[in-house]
Amino acid sequence: MNDQKLELLIGHLLRIGVTLAALVVFAGGVLYLHQSRGPRPDYSSFHGEAQALRSPSGILKSLPSGNSNALIQVGLLLLIATPIARVIFAAIGFSLERDWFYTAVSLIVLSILLYSLLADH
Amino acid sequence: MQSPCSGVDPCMLICAFMSTTEFSTWVFLSSVLAGLLGSLTGLGGGVVIVPVLTLLFHVDIRYAIGASLVSVIATSSGAAAAYVREGFSNIRIGMFLEIATTLGALLGAYLTAIISTHAIGIVFGLVLLYSAYASFRTHPHSVRRTPNPLALRLKLQGSYPGPNGEEAYVAQHVPAGLSLMFLAGTLSGLLGIGSGAVKVLAMDHAMRLPFKVSTTTSNFMIGVTAAASAGIYLSRGYIPPGLAMPVMLGVLLGSLVGSRILMKADVKTLRLIFATVIVLLGIEMIYNSVAGRL
Repeated sequence: MNDQKLELLIGHLLRIGVTLAALVVFAGGVLYLHQSRGPRPDYSSFHGEAQALRSPSGILKSLPSGNSNALIQVGLLLLIATPIARVIFAAIGFSLERDWFYTAVSLIVLSILLYSLLADH
Repeated sequence: MQSPCSGVDPCMLICAFMSTTEFSTWVFLSSVLAGLLGSLTGLGGGVVIVPVLTLLFHVDIRYAIGASLVSVIATSSGAAAAYVREGFSNIRIGMFLEIATTLGALLGAYLTAIISTHAIGIVFGLVLLYSAYASFRTHPHSVRRTPNPLALRLKLQGSYPGPNGEEAYVAQHVPAGLSLMFLAGTLSGLLGIGSGAVKVLAMDHAMRLPFKVSTTTSNFMIGVTAAASAGIYLSRGYIPPGLAMPVMLGVLLGSLVGSRILMKADVKTLRLIFATVIVLLGIEMIYNSVAGRL
């Protein structure tokens, strides 16, 4: 596998990830507009999103209750996951090429991304 | 742009009485336009949608940057396949520099909680003005092939399809490039944008990479950089699903249409018009921040 082939594969992977994420967000959006009652949410003053929708585990827990907000967040998580998948695939590609320096570089970037997503900030 | 929210006071009144569906529709349509504008100017949808959300829809800037950031990931990842096919992007250079951009993005995302919204607004306005200027800067084509020992050790080199066949290049000024990338990442995390303009500055001007290689590699890096601050934004509650939904779908649609137009038409005049819009948004952003309205 050469660099160009690897990049093309990753490029297609990203496009599939984004399409999937957009479809889930769209489905969540339809449900959201259908469920919405009363005045629209006020975004003019910051109070932060509901605690349950702030972490991957919380979002997945709220999903079975048919919460449209949770479904949209699942789509957004899929979206955030696409660049992370890209870095994972790059790491695998570099290790197949036995380029250990760039395998390490990819793993450093990956750990920064996972720290951001999984740690409680 | 037609919007029910063009004045300050009447807007507050109209927006307050909008239903969720009406509000989402207006945000969606504005996001399509922002994505279109961002793609045609090459600046990305984020730099346009944040001022639109804050100035027109009176959305708190933290919600605006949260919604914008997810749209940035969508456009970057969605366009990646097309860029790779052209054979210009350099995955090694991109990955190496991503260490700097992702660390910067973490710092930027932390700073959003410390810095006042006025200050964020002013920095945003300045970045808009710089981006508009940068989209018209000429690119001195002095690609360096002088062997740079550090760059060669790190394999920061490559070749790309030039007008006279395959042309080789080697990166220069690696530490300067890394520092600028750290800055680009910080701005991205602080403002919820891709900061493509600063990334291109780092690769094109500091590291002396060919312009095409810089722009395509930058696009590839934007998604990863944005993902590094997205996790922090999410856990801080900056990403409200009801707002992120129309923004993400709208910007994605707008930028896809924009990239189709780019392939077919000469967009010089359009670029000039849009750069003017971006300058006006930048001035408006700074003015409103100084006046304490953001």
